[in-house]
Amino acid sequence: MTFEEIKSILKNHTVGIAGAGGLGSNCAVALSRVGVGKLIIADFDVVNETNLNRQYFFKDQLGEKKVSALKNNIKRINPETEIIIHDLKLNENNLVNIYKDCDIIVEAFDLAEMKQMIIETCMSKLPDKPLITGLGIAGWGKSNEIRIRQSENLYICGDEVSETSTQNPPLAPRVGIAANMQANTVLEILLNKTQG
Amino acid sequence: MKITLNNKEETFDKNELTIRELLELSNFSYKLLIVKVNGKLVRKEAYNNTVVKDGDDVTVLHLVTGG
Repeated sequence: MTFEEIKSILKNHTVGIAGAGGLGSNCAVALSRVGVGKLIIADFDVVNETNLNRQYFFKDQLGEKKVSALKNNIKRINPETEIIIHDLKLNENNLVNIYKDCDIIVEAFDLAEMKQMIIETCMSKLPDKPLITGLGIAGWGKSNEIRIRQSENLYICGDEVSETSTQNPPLAPRVGIAANMQANTVLEILLNKTQG
Repeated sequence: MKITLNNKEETFDKNELTIRELLELSNFSYKLLIVKVNGKLVRKEAYNNTVVKDGDDVTVLHLVTGG
């Protein structure tokens, strides 16, 4: 497929991004660059100095709401992307309403408890929707251990073991690999579905 | 019994195991897990009374913080 053909398919699709941190901000930017028509992004946090080692924000955005800062950044890259933002903390109740019209959902939370919440909620309430989760992305090196596996509609990107700690922080290169792997999986699903 | 655990075939001495027993035997020690048996979610409250039998397909995920 040519890029024009790819864009013409992707522009008719909507991707939900749950969290606008390291995984979510980088994944959203990649999806916007290749022409996904609509992104629905939810996060309750503000941009903090400690985010800048991996998240797609700028120094002059410290203190801004992540969802609005990310929307502004994406608009500068590709103004054609429609971006819906929700400044709230996702939970098992609001999540279904916010993401029910998406073709695919990208799990981009930080905390394990939140990852559990969205995986369990999607499996029980949105079972037909592909969910792409990021699991095990802290530290540096070990690029080959970041992989993808599929279990029905659940896709897992990461090494599934590297947990964030003070001695093993999440950093731009490895988080970026996983975030872009999530975006790449979105393309694989949307483009292969259309082709097949 | 033989089951598929995370896409690999595994053999156990018993004819059936509860999810709790299977997690202990297979060293899934993390606090937060996702468990699926034959594609269906098994929540933590059901680990003691959900039984895995020969031929079942089990997926276990460690939920680790970071993003």
